[in-house]
Amino acid sequence: MTDDELIWRISGGSGDGIASTSQNFAKALMRSGLNVFTHRHYPSRIRGGHTYTEVRASGDPVTSRGDGYNFLLALGDSFARNPQEEAVYGNEEIKPLSENLDELREGGVIVYDEGLLDASEIPNFEERAEENDWHVYPLDLRGLARDQGREVMRNTAGVGATCALTGMDLDHVQDLMRDAMPEKILEPNLEILQIAYDQVRDEHDVDAPDVNVPTGEHDETQLLMSGSDAISYGAIDEGCRFIAGYPMTPWTEVFTIMTKNLPKLGGISEQVEDEIAAAALAVGASHAGVKAMSGSSGGGFALMSEPLGLAEMTETPVVLVEAMRAGPSTGMPTKPEQSDLEHVLYTSQGDSQRVVLAPGTVEEAYEQSRIAFRLAYEYQIPSILLYDQKLGGELVNVPKSHFDREPNPTLGKTLSEDALADEPHSPDGKFHRFQHDVEDGVSPRSIPGQKGGRFLATGNEHSPTGHIEESPDNRVAQIDRRTQKLEAIRADLDTVDTGSYAGPDDAQYGILTFGSQQGTVEEAVGRLNDAGVSVKSYGVSDMAPFPTEQVEAFIESVDEVLVVEMTASAQFRGLVQKHLGRYGERLSSLLKYNGNPFEPAEIVDGFEAAVVEGDGDASGHQTTFVPAAGD
Amino acid sequence: MSTFSAIGDEREIDRDEYTPGVEPQPTWCPGCGDFSVLKALKQALPEVGRTPEETLLCTGIGCSGKLNSYLDTYGFHTIHGRSLPVARAAKLANPDLEVIAAGGDGDGYGIGGNHFIHTARENHDMTYIVFNNEIFGLTKGQTSPTSPKGHKSKTQPSGSAKEPIKPLSMSLNAGASYVARTAAVNPNQAKEIITEAIEHDGFAHVDFLTQCPTWNKDARQYVPYIDVNESDDYDFDKTDRVEAAEMMRETEESLHEGEVLTGRYYVDEDRPSYGEEKQAIGEMPDEPLAERYWDDEYEWERSHDMFLEKHA
Repeated sequence: MTDDELIWRISGGSGDGIASTSQNFAKALMRSGLNVFTHRHYPSRIRGGHTYTEVRASGDPVTSRGDGYNFLLALGDSFARNPQEEAVYGNEEIKPLSENLDELREGGVIVYDEGLLDASEIPNFEERAEENDWHVYPLDLRGLARDQGREVMRNTAGVGATCALTGMDLDHVQDLMRDAMPEKILEPNLEILQIAYDQVRDEHDVDAPDVNVPTGEHDETQLLMSGSDAISYGAIDEGCRFIAGYPMTPWTEVFTIMTKNLPKLGGISEQVEDEIAAAALAVGASHAGVKAMSGSSGGGFALMSEPLGLAEMTETPVVLVEAMRAGPSTGMPTKPEQSDLEHVLYTSQGDSQRVVLAPGTVEEAYEQSRIAFRLAYEYQIPSILLYDQKLGGELVNVPKSHFDREPNPTLGKTLSEDALADEPHSPDGKFHRFQHDVEDGVSPRSIPGQKGGRFLATGNEHSPTGHIEESPDNRVAQIDRRTQKLEAIRADLDTVDTGSYAGPDDAQYGILTFGSQQGTVEEAVGRLNDAGVSVKSYGVSDMAPFPTEQVEAFIESVDEVLVVEMTASAQFRGLVQKHLGRYGERLSSLLKYNGNPFEPAEIVDGFEAAVVEGDGDASGHQTTFVPAAGD
Repeated sequence: MSTFSAIGDEREIDRDEYTPGVEPQPTWCPGCGDFSVLKALKQALPEVGRTPEETLLCTGIGCSGKLNSYLDTYGFHTIHGRSLPVARAAKLANPDLEVIAAGGDGDGYGIGGNHFIHTARENHDMTYIVFNNEIFGLTKGQTSPTSPKGHKSKTQPSGSAKEPIKPLSMSLNAGASYVARTAAVNPNQAKEIITEAIEHDGFAHVDFLTQCPTWNKDARQYVPYIDVNESDDYDFDKTDRVEAAEMMRETEESLHEGEVLTGRYYVDEDRPSYGEEKQAIGEMPDEPLAERYWDDEYEWERSHDMFLEKHA
C-alpha cells in the first residue's frame, strides 16, 4: 500500500448519480495532472441497490482498480425500498456505508451523509473505526443540498467535502462542472460545492489532510475514456458506418455510442427486433458494400450463432463485439467475467473460421477494434472483439495522440467494375466469386449493383459461382481455401504483435492472462518484482487464430506458469492446452468468478501461494487455485 | 465506368436474362407451384425495368430457397427464416438496389415470424414473396404454421391441434403497406401482382399459394380460384384497413372450406417507406452509403477530429 495514491469510493443506490459524479471527479483529477482508473460496481436495477464507483488517482501510471480504497464517500441508498435488516436484501439504505467496509485501508477517511445514514446501525462501527484509525466525518449532505433547493445535489456536496478533506483545489472540479452541466443546474451545484467545501474547512482541521490527493503532471493532452468508447472510435476510424443491435448490458454502451455518432457521419444505426436480426442486418449491409458491425453480450450473442456461421460460409466481412458478463444464462448482468471465451470461439456449427481478439486495455481496445475491421475486410471473415463489463466500463486516461491516425475505409479485396471484367466468369456471365486457387485463400468479391459481378452467396457449400455444390473435390477445395485464410491472418497478426509483456525477460516464473485482466496482472508483476520475485507476464489478445509460437516461447522460457482469468472452469488455460497440450504440467490456474475483477494483491498473494509456496492456499481471498495437470 | 453501373441501366430486358446459362437441373418436383413464382418473377422484372445486376434476391431455406439457383440475379441464399433482415439491411446500405426477399411459409411465418412482423411494421421498400404450400416440403411433409387444424403428419400424428397462422391479417396488422395473395395456378394474376408488388414503394407482401404435389397430396390445387377484386360477389375497398381486414378474414377462413380467394387486399400508397422515414429524421444519408466507399473525393471523418473533445 502506498500513500501516493487516492482510491476514492463513492457509494449510493442506483439512481443517486454515482456514475456521473464519479466520472466528473475522475476527469477533474485527470485534468489536474494525475493518472486515473475507475472501477464500477452496480446492480441490475433502475433505482436503488448498492452501487459504487472507485476512482484511483496517482502521479504514477495506474493499470488497475488497485487494492481496497482509502476514501469513502457514502451517500446512502436514497431509493432503498425496504430499509429493514430482515428484508431479503437486508437494510439496503445503509449498505453504501456498511458493505466492503473492511476493504477501507487503515488510516482511511469516511464521509457519510448523516442526513440519510445512521452509523450506529452498523455493528461496532466506532470500535472498528478506532481500530483501523479511520477518520470519520458525518455530514448532513442531504440537508445542505436541500437548503439550496435541490436534495439530489447531495453528491456535489460530497465532492466539495472530499476536496476539503484531501487538500484538493476546487478549480478543476468547478471547471468540469461548467463543461458538463446544463445551465439551469450549474449554479446551484457550484454553490453547494462551495458551501460544503467551506463548511468542512471551518469545522475541521484540514491543514494536514488524512489522505492527500497526490500530484502529477501530464506531458500531453489526456482523454478520459472507456473501452466501449475506444472500440467505437476504432470502428469509426476504420470506416464502419452501419451498426445493428438490440439492447443488452453491457454491450449497450458500444451500441449507444455508435448510434449517437453515426448520424453525424452519414451512417446508419438500426435497433432491431432481436440479435438474430441484428447480426443478419450487419451481414446484409456488408454484402451490399458497407463496413458494418453488430454485437451483444452472452445470451444475445448466442442468438447470433447462425448469422455468424453464414458470414463464415459466405465469406462476408463483418465485425461483432461480445461484451462478456457473468453467466450462464442471464447470470449476473452487470458483473464482469471472461467465461464466454469458449462460447465465442466455437459457437455455430461446422469448423469455425473466425478471428477473435481480446484487448487488454483501453488503448488496445481502440487498436484492436481497428485490427478486427481490417482483418474482417481484407480476409472476408467475421472478426469478433471479445471484452467484458470491466474493460467496457472502466475509465482511464489515454493520451489524445493515440487516436491521431489516418482513417482506413478500404473494403479489402473488392473489385471495381473494370477489374471485374478481367476476372473469371462462367459462359453465362456469372462471376467466379469463390475461386479455388487464390493467394492467401482470399477470392476477390463484387458488390450487388456492379456490372459483371453477379454471383450467389449461400450458406450451402458452393461452387466458384456460388451455386450449391456438394462434390467431394469442390468441398475439399473450398474448405481448404477458407481455412488457408486463417494461416494468412496468423502471419499478418505476427507483424502487428498484439501481446503485452511485463517483467524481466529472463524471469524464472510466468503469468499468462488474456483480455481485461492484463493491467491488473502487470501491476501485480511489478509488485512481485519489487519484492524480489523473478516473474514476468504475457497478456494474450489473439484468441483465434492463436499465437501458438509466441505462447510456447513464453512457457518454454520459465519454470512454471500461472494462468490468471475470470472464469470458473479455466477456459483460457484450456485454450492454451488445446494448442500446447504438452505443457500441461507447467500450467496452474488462478481463477476468480465472484462477480468482481481481480485486485492486484489477490494476484500477488495467489502467485506466491501457488508458485512460490506451492500449496495454492491464498487465504482471505475469493480466488481459486487449480494445480497443474501433473501435480 | 461508375461504381454500380448496372443500376439505372435503361435498356430493353429479355426475360431469358434471368435464366442461368447453365441452368441447374431443378430440384423442384414436377407439378410444383414454385415454378410459377419463378415464371412470374421472370415476367415482372423486365416489365418494371430492373436488370439482373441491379436486383438482389434474398431467400431463406427450403424448396423456396432454391429460387436463387434458377433466377439469375445477385443472390443471397441466407439461413432459415432470416432472409428479411439480410434483405432490408442491403436496401438501407444501397436503396438503389431492387431488393426482393422470398421464402416458404415455415420460413416466413414460423421461424422467421418475428422478422416478418417487424419488417412489415417498418415498411421497408421491398417485396416479400412467401411460397405458401401449407406444409414443410423439403423435410418431407411435416405440419407447417399454415397447415389447417387437424392436419396429420409424422410430427402431428393425431392431427394438429393448432389453428393455422392467418398471414394476410398478420401482415396488415403488422404494418405492411401492400398485401396480396395469388396462386400458382393463376399465372396471369401472379405476374400482375408481383409486378405491382415490386413497383410499390414500401413493404409489399405476397402470399403465393404454391401447391406441393408430393407432400401435400390432400391439398387442393388451389382451383378454382376467385379474384376478389374482379368477382361481383365481393365488394370492398382495398385502401380501407377495416374493409381489407374483413376481406382477409373471410379469405383465410374460406381457404380451408375449399374456396380459394386471391387478389389485392390492402394497398396504402401514401405511407412513406422506412428509408424515407429515416432520412426525414436525419438518420440515413441521401446518397446510397454503398457509393461512398468508392468515392475517391470523400474525406473520411476521424474520431480524433470529431468526438474526442468531450473526453478531455
